[in-house]
Amino acid sequence: MKMRGYVLRKLGQTVLTIFVVLVFNFFLFRIMPGNPVRILIRNPKISAEALQRITEQFGLNQSKFVQFGYYLRDLFTGDLGHSFVYRKPVLDVIMEKLPPTLLLTGTATILSIIIGVILGVIFAWKRGSKLDVAGLSLSLVLYSMPSFWVGILMVMLFAVYWPIFPIGGMSVPGTYYATIWSQLGSLLRHMLLPTVTFALILIGEYVLIMRNSLLEVMSEDYMLTARAKGVSNRNLLRRHALPNAMLPMVTLIAMNLGFIVGGAIQVETVFSWPGLGRLMYTALMGRDYPLLQGIFLFVTVCVVGANFCADLLYRYLDPRVKS
Amino acid sequence: MLQTQTRKDRFTLLKKNLSTFWGVYRENTMGIAGLVILLFFALMALVGPHLVTYTGEIEGAEMVLQPPSAAHWLGTDDLGRDVFAGVVVGSRISLLVGLAATVISMVIGAIIGIAAGYYGKTVDTILMRFTDIFLVIPWLPLMLVMAALLGPSLGNIIFVIGITGWAGTARIIRSQTLSIKERPYVERARAIGSGDLHIMVHHILPNVFPLIFANTILVAAVAILSETTLSFLGMGDPTRMSWGMMLHFAFEMGAVSFGAWWWLIPPGVCVVLVVLGFTFIGYALDEVLNPKLRRR
Repeated sequence: MKMRGYVLRKLGQTVLTIFVVLVFNFFLFRIMPGNPVRILIRNPKISAEALQRITEQFGLNQSKFVQFGYYLRDLFTGDLGHSFVYRKPVLDVIMEKLPPTLLLTGTATILSIIIGVILGVIFAWKRGSKLDVAGLSLSLVLYSMPSFWVGILMVMLFAVYWPIFPIGGMSVPGTYYATIWSQLGSLLRHMLLPTVTFALILIGEYVLIMRNSLLEVMSEDYMLTARAKGVSNRNLLRRHALPNAMLPMVTLIAMNLGFIVGGAIQVETVFSWPGLGRLMYTALMGRDYPLLQGIFLFVTVCVVGANFCADLLYRYLDPRVKS
Repeated sequence: MLQTQTRKDRFTLLKKNLSTFWGVYRENTMGIAGLVILLFFALMALVGPHLVTYTGEIEGAEMVLQPPSAAHWLGTDDLGRDVFAGVVVGSRISLLVGLAATVISMVIGAIIGIAAGYYGKTVDTILMRFTDIFLVIPWLPLMLVMAALLGPSLGNIIFVIGITGWAGTARIIRSQTLSIKERPYVERARAIGSGDLHIMVHHILPNVFPLIFANTILVAAVAILSETTLSFLGMGDPTRMSWGMMLHFAFEMGAVSFGAWWWLIPPGVCVVLVVLGFTFIGYALDEVLNPKLRRR
């Protein structure tokens, strides 16, 4: 009952957010002076048929309101326009590049959460020790580094000066693999450096949040009660402290999605990883506006949707929020 | 007469407050370290460009991509330009963009935060929904799309970073405003007939100001990082060299596979130091301004 109201309210907010993004995007790409569509039709080399097609597609001879209608119609039928560079529908290009990005960001996120939680627990448990101070300083320094620069340092160290890993890409171009295992091995070798870089970028925040969250939980009264009951240190941590301290992590992972997207653009660019992030960079460099707009919309809708799911999950996991 | 008297009193009070503040602040090692780092870079940005000669001229084929030497302390880039001079000249643009964008963010954040907190109800709901939308949209794609469409210029990059970075500040200032507007002196001001604008500017703003200031420091760190990232991804002004722009050219020209560390490391180290400097000061201010955290 109450849950349904909550879900509906959150859903309403999510839909509103997506709508605002759509309007903003329409304004940016269609209405603003010097917008790409206008540049497109002002091209003197454009043929009469192409001009006709563009005018019809965008409804350029009609009111702004009707144009917005055309824009929404195209979006909901999955028509994000044609990429200038790839000469293919934008959605096809995006779907093609999505799996490598999911592979890279997924692996790095899971890796950084596991290591971040473990380190956070250790630092919180040994609060104030040299290890804690060193860990915190390192997290701070990592947090201050531009993500792409971490990537550049990693490539220089482990692919140029000490060439144990390939310099970039996802596979060696033009190679045929005899077995699936050798192909998988090659993929792993290509994946390791970008994944480690990505995990390094993400880990600092997870460590800090986990440490602070655990410290907060450990000062709660029920921890004292458990200790008084004679619960062992190990069980105290595992059964009483950790489940509660993990809760803020759920929100953080969702809130961090925007940061992960930003990281993907930078890491993929540095490592020539053939995913969505690098696609965005090439779209920027080639001024491929339909593709740029498509990626922006796709990524934003995904992030907003994921935040919605995280809100629901958090409420399900933490009974205290329900009251 | 009375007016000058109070003004003088105010000045003495301000001086007293500042010296107490400094007394606590200078005990903070992290805060002093941050201050020293930032002063160094501020000096570099102000006087540095007058001391080095960064002509951008090609010095001849044999001077291209030279490792560090006595003549070129940090070596040369692909056009034979001195990297050290580039780093010094670049500091000016990097800091300028970072600081200008921060000012924009803080002004928007303060106005929206104070207005939402002070008026409450519908205004609050609308403004906070709007803020949440800005918080949830992935910031880098948003900045890249805007920068790409507006075109690469210094003004545009400042605008783009400033307009995307205010949401967190607005939320913090709103919650502080909510507590301040309940205080007796605001009630009193309203009772003697002060208007909303007067109360917001003369009673609420001075009281949220320490918070705005502490937040500015952290927003500035993010703004400098954003400038570097946007420029690296090719959205900077190619005619105005910044640290991010240097890294962009270095990366595009293949400095990584060439192993030209002297071209890639110095601009990055500068960015990291400046960001660390801001972060240190932010932590120190938090400790000084928030007595709960102050160590005894």
